[in-house]
Amino acid sequence: MNKPLEDILVIDLSQFLSGPSASLKLADLGARVIKIERPKTGDISRHMYISDVQMNGASSVFHAINRNKESYIADLKRPQDVAKILELIKKADIVMHNFRPGVMERLGLDYNTIQAIHPNVIYGEISGYGTEGPWKNKPGQDLLLQALTGMCYLSGNADMAPVAMGISLVDIATGGHLVQGLLASLIRRGVTGKGALVQVSMLESACDLQFESITCYLNDGHQLPERTLQNNANAYLGAPYGIYKTKDGYLAIAMTAVNKLGELINCQKLINYTDPAGWFTYREQIKAILGAHLSTESTHHWLAILEPADIWCAQVQSWRELLADISLKETIKTQRVVMQDGYSFETTRCPILINGQPMLSEKGTPTLGQDNEHIDDTLLADLIKEKSVNH
Amino acid sequence: MAPLENLIVLEFCQYMSGPSAGMRMADLGATVIKIERPGTGEGGRQLAIRNLFAGNNSVLFHTINRNKLSYSANLKDPSDLIKIKKLIEKADVLIHNFRPGVMEKLELGFRDCARINPKLIYGEISGYGKEGKWQAKPGQDLLLQSISGLTWLSGNKNDPPVPFGLSIADYMCGTHLVQGILAALIARSKTGKGALIEVNLLSSLIDFQFEVITTHLNDSGKLPDRALKGNAHAYLSAPYGIYATSDGHLAMAMEDLKYLAAALELPQIIPLAEDGFTHRDQIMAAIASALASASTRHWLSIFEPADIWCAEVQNYDQFTSHPGYLAMNLEQSITLADGQQLKTTRCPIRIDGHIFRSSKPGPEVGADNRQLEQTLL
Repeated sequence: MNKPLEDILVIDLSQFLSGPSASLKLADLGARVIKIERPKTGDISRHMYISDVQMNGASSVFHAINRNKESYIADLKRPQDVAKILELIKKADIVMHNFRPGVMERLGLDYNTIQAIHPNVIYGEISGYGTEGPWKNKPGQDLLLQALTGMCYLSGNADMAPVAMGISLVDIATGGHLVQGLLASLIRRGVTGKGALVQVSMLESACDLQFESITCYLNDGHQLPERTLQNNANAYLGAPYGIYKTKDGYLAIAMTAVNKLGELINCQKLINYTDPAGWFTYREQIKAILGAHLSTESTHHWLAILEPADIWCAQVQSWRELLADISLKETIKTQRVVMQDGYSFETTRCPILINGQPMLSEKGTPTLGQDNEHIDDTLLADLIKEKSVNH
Repeated sequence: MAPLENLIVLEFCQYMSGPSAGMRMADLGATVIKIERPGTGEGGRQLAIRNLFAGNNSVLFHTINRNKLSYSANLKDPSDLIKIKKLIEKADVLIHNFRPGVMEKLELGFRDCARINPKLIYGEISGYGKEGKWQAKPGQDLLLQSISGLTWLSGNKNDPPVPFGLSIADYMCGTHLVQGILAALIARSKTGKGALIEVNLLSSLIDFQFEVITTHLNDSGKLPDRALKGNAHAYLSAPYGIYATSDGHLAMAMEDLKYLAAALELPQIIPLAEDGFTHRDQIMAAIASALASASTRHWLSIFEPADIWCAEVQNYDQFTSHPGYLAMNLEQSITLADGQQLKTTRCPIRIDGHIFRSSKPGPEVGADNRQLEQTLL
């Protein structure tokens, strides 16, 4: 067996990012993923994301999220299409969706209905805010979750407005949790033979993402996070933790004894901070002194002093610098995938190595409905034959 | 039944990336045993945020290590090593996040362990993979954020690089490790064979940026361009961002600019909307000046009924007292040995409607030596 999920079939009714990022991981780990899409438009993220970068007729973002999958068009408002989807689900190990609460019930594709016809299915469900409470009908959109859950007061400096994190991290964390729940349930099914309902919400995942800071808040008398005035990198950590401007770029410094750092860079004022408790209490003063000192020389100058002393530091890079770093060539390797029409593109790869092997796949992004015919002829052949006999 | 019940995980980890993976497996029912050096235990016990401790350990340690056991052993002492190898014989999963080479030196590398237990799933976290000069570099979250290009995505155009204010590299890498391990356990139930699962913080952050790095790779290597003000995503066009109102801040996601032009009486943005990305800063500035004139509540009362994607930017006080937070039972209590209670978050995954909770705190170093020697050894 080359990939661990090789014989697993996933029917994925989700769109945007949270669900599809989960099914991408399952696909990379070897599962066969069939993406169910509505006629004409398909997954809204084929066109909705306006990154202004189009690749072969769909947004770059859609390609990144949906490579290595098949696409099957179905109109879930037509009973004959729902019958086909139910037939596919009967053959599947996993079915998953990220519709708002109530939609799958209306379509007759909710867990209770599915479980009745396929008791050992693993049914995964992503919601924005769970199925209880006043937020349950709010749109489960990443930035809104960041805003509501306090996350925007963690990044940036104290004098900045709330700062959003510039990646859809709640979507991605939620997708990651769904994968964990689905795989754990497959393990249980191997023992008990039973299926499972796996539910995650972006709200719960946003709390888990902030488990360190929310726990701190809940146990220190509800003190709000305080970003530092300059060089903030974590509202909860003492100096020097932060990113500092040098003469020609930026240098990141993680947890380090301030007095030892002072000695290494020859900064007398820092050498006086000998008490570790003070590195948090006086972090504004320390960061101001350190910032002024580091700005006088180049990033490489400081790295040449700090790295040999095993100080936790690194230069701040752009993707261009990262991808050009030949000393990291194994770790930063990308992969090239090919669509059925021959269009090929370069993209990132699964970050998990198994028995030393990367989980690669050449399969590109599906065009809308490209696999209908093949799936009708194979997985749905019996159903379709039965239908044509009856008519 | 919790899905991972009956599985035994040995955690040779410290700080966050590895222990967060152990935590999730414990949440889902596995018996997770931290293997720690006698006396001081793992480094994360003394790593505090805001200098906050509970008993001998930081609150942070309890946050990441709730619901685990601890077995103390000196891995350089041959008699302790024999016991550890016995534990490995009984275990399903072993995880570690030492720098490359350390476990091999202790005779606890993948090959050694596979000889002891061929069915073992062996999970390994490194900072940068196993190459060249980077092997010896510390796999620390902020450094990984800095190296991976991530710091150029948040904040505004003229800001310096802005890191994510949480340990995102550790977090994602722990998530990926759990995914790889669980997938390998599924395969093991068919093949009977163990596996080596390797992840590293850098690959996890590249994966985390998969959408935008793929865009970069297919857009002639263009670098991200943050919005001038209120930036929330360098690759999304107006109005996506955060705006000041007269009494707070409002987040607005992707939205039809024609609707906003009408609702905010901003006809001047309609011609710009044709090419929303090019005119992003201009459109956002016009929206910002309109939104600044009234309260957050005012705008929500107009936008929410129209299903406009927006939300108030809340702090933790507002968030944790909101009925939406309270309705979802998002907290759990853990009880320390001296009876002190800590509140913390809980597992975000429900299975068959069940919420996984445990009141077990992070263990004291070696708290479970006796019990484990009587049972597993």
